[in-house]
Amino acid sequence: MIRAHVLICGGTGCTSSGSNAIQQAFADSIKANGLEDEIKIVQTGCFGLCALGPVVIVHPDGTFYSRVEADDVAEIVTEHLLKGRVVERLVYNDTGSDEPVHGNVALSDTAFYKTQNRVVLRNCGVIDPEDIDEYIAMDGYAALGKVLTEMTPDEVIQVITDSGLRGRGGGGFPTGRKWALTAPNKAPQKYVVCNADEGDPGAFMDRSVLEGDPHCLVEAMTIAGYAIGATEGYVYVRAEYPIAVARLQIAIDKAREYGLLGKNIFGSGFDFDLHIRLGAGAFVCGEETALMTSIEGNRGEPRPRPPYPAVKGLYGMPTVENNVETFANVPQIILRGAEWFASMGTEKSKGTKVFALGGKIKNTGLVEIPMGTTLREIIDDIGGGIPNGKKFKAAQTGGPSGGCIPADLIDTPVDYDNLIAIGCMMGSGGLIVMDEDTCMVDMAKFFLEFTVDESCGKCTPCRVGTKRLLEMLDKITSGKGTLEDIDELEQLCYYIKQNSLCGLGQTAPNPVLSTLKFFRDEYVAHVVDKKCPAGVCKDLLTYVIDKEKCIGCGMCAKACPASAITRTDYIAPNHKLASFAIDPDKCVKCGACVGTCKFKAISKQ
Amino acid sequence: MKSLAELQAIKEKMQGKVTLREGTDEKRVVVGMATCGIAAGARPVLNAFVEQVNAQGLAANITVTQTGCIGICQYEPVVEVFEAGKEKVTYVKMTADKVARVVEEHLKGGKPVAEYTIGNAKV
Repeated sequence: MIRAHVLICGGTGCTSSGSNAIQQAFADSIKANGLEDEIKIVQTGCFGLCALGPVVIVHPDGTFYSRVEADDVAEIVTEHLLKGRVVERLVYNDTGSDEPVHGNVALSDTAFYKTQNRVVLRNCGVIDPEDIDEYIAMDGYAALGKVLTEMTPDEVIQVITDSGLRGRGGGGFPTGRKWALTAPNKAPQKYVVCNADEGDPGAFMDRSVLEGDPHCLVEAMTIAGYAIGATEGYVYVRAEYPIAVARLQIAIDKAREYGLLGKNIFGSGFDFDLHIRLGAGAFVCGEETALMTSIEGNRGEPRPRPPYPAVKGLYGMPTVENNVETFANVPQIILRGAEWFASMGTEKSKGTKVFALGGKIKNTGLVEIPMGTTLREIIDDIGGGIPNGKKFKAAQTGGPSGGCIPADLIDTPVDYDNLIAIGCMMGSGGLIVMDEDTCMVDMAKFFLEFTVDESCGKCTPCRVGTKRLLEMLDKITSGKGTLEDIDELEQLCYYIKQNSLCGLGQTAPNPVLSTLKFFRDEYVAHVVDKKCPAGVCKDLLTYVIDKEKCIGCGMCAKACPASAITRTDYIAPNHKLASFAIDPDKCVKCGACVGTCKFKAISKQ
Repeated sequence: MKSLAELQAIKEKMQGKVTLREGTDEKRVVVGMATCGIAAGARPVLNAFVEQVNAQGLAANITVTQTGCIGICQYEPVVEVFEAGKEKVTYVKMTADKVARVVEEHLKGGKPVAEYTIGNAKV
């Protein structure tokens, strides 16, 4: 009889920090101690605290072990699993209180989890994603059963509409309305498509759902198929997500075996089947029309709308396309009701949102919070604040299509409409935190480089316009810009937004526009003072040795890869040796010298 | 899958296997499993509790877990039962055979088995 479960994270983050080896070590050690009939090992999806991986949780106590190494496993087995003594040195005990906590700390007690509200991620890190029975034990496929045996398609659409669910891919279009627009269109075939082409740098919400709870997507897409009268569905997922693809395929195969996909599901006469299509990782394929073109086997390029996919989508047939996270909400809404879902969130943004926290933040990972939570709570309470005592400067939402939220708007409740009101956007959920050492012009340039690379080239405003934008930013960060360049830059941004064919081009200038709005002074500093206030843009930096502080030890000169540091004739009062100086013509601005100086004589200016 | 009943059957079959992870605060059975406890035979006691709690369908409300040395080694194996709002009950010198009565009368019936508790123990 099993008395304890050892849950080991098998998400991409923990897998790359070695969770497979840990799982093997547990299996060996449990066997060596003769506990194999008492302890079950379960590989789960992402727990969310990727920064502390590999993560291991021991139930029924819920003990949360972080940064476990293969060498620690034997101790956990003999101490905790055999003798019931928690291995305290491995327990993650940040509960947000100032007092250190000893003994057993469950996952749900930590500051990172306390304020989260897990709807989409409810099974991630709880069940074995490759075991359909565990999903069923957690009420899996009950929503599908209810829909097929008790509800009409119109009733399903009504529930989704009443819940207020909006598209989680970034656009925020009401999901119920999308379904309602597709359902009445008559056609020989209709399709349900899931957009799992998560392309924003730093975003991994959809991947974690696919890895941690793939059956949830299978169930939701089948429900959508019933609601709009489609019998076939496609999941478009990038080939760069091998674990997600493998688990989704297992889920689809298992669902077919159980008759939860295929003909006559639940004896209702309704047929539905699902297929996976792998994308090659082009960012533009996250745009709905480009995605469908790619599924059809053509080059992934967008097409003009209208006609919208609801009328003419995949293979020219009416199609509903939703994002992974949107679908993941659907079974819960069916089971718990529209009122339950609508009770979470703000007036126009219902439910929760998953964010992938990254950048200059302590707890890098995956969090799910009710809509309307302030950015301050996300960063300080859940994220654990900025490391190394640095000051928060801004957070970028929506990746290369989004904008930044500056420090003085940190108390903004995060929902679709509030973010649009401040010139930002929700995006799919990437949240990149920046501290005082980030140059906002450089940040905008980084995202522009990304969109220039990823522009498909079909329309001129995007293909040529983003390239010109990048050149202007280059000019500014290299100190050759003028004030007129800033005005031109802004005008070109609006031009690209208004004239591009698809979402990629229409949103590509957003990082520039929002940094111009909140950090125009930094742009001005780059062109007028020829300085980079954050000290990032190399062309605008000079490294200087304070000759009064320099004791002449020569450590910096040894570290300099460009031999740019040489001894001068000047000997400062109280020092015995002549000081050093940097030749600005030879200096490559690598910063290697700064760390070597124990006397803090070298500074960036 | 031809009917909801089939789905329900799988759910019920699996439920006991995943409730372990949800954690419940209603009742906790804690078995002392330090070296002294193990030497005195705590493992068969622990396993008997796990088996019988599951067999009686009580797993949703009762957590069976273990702890380190409780500090009264001469009384091992020691089992403590915690219940919200009630005083802790400490059973001493437990054996796998005694477990059935504790599960039946205390965990199910709500009445502690007085003769097994520490108050009635003879050293």
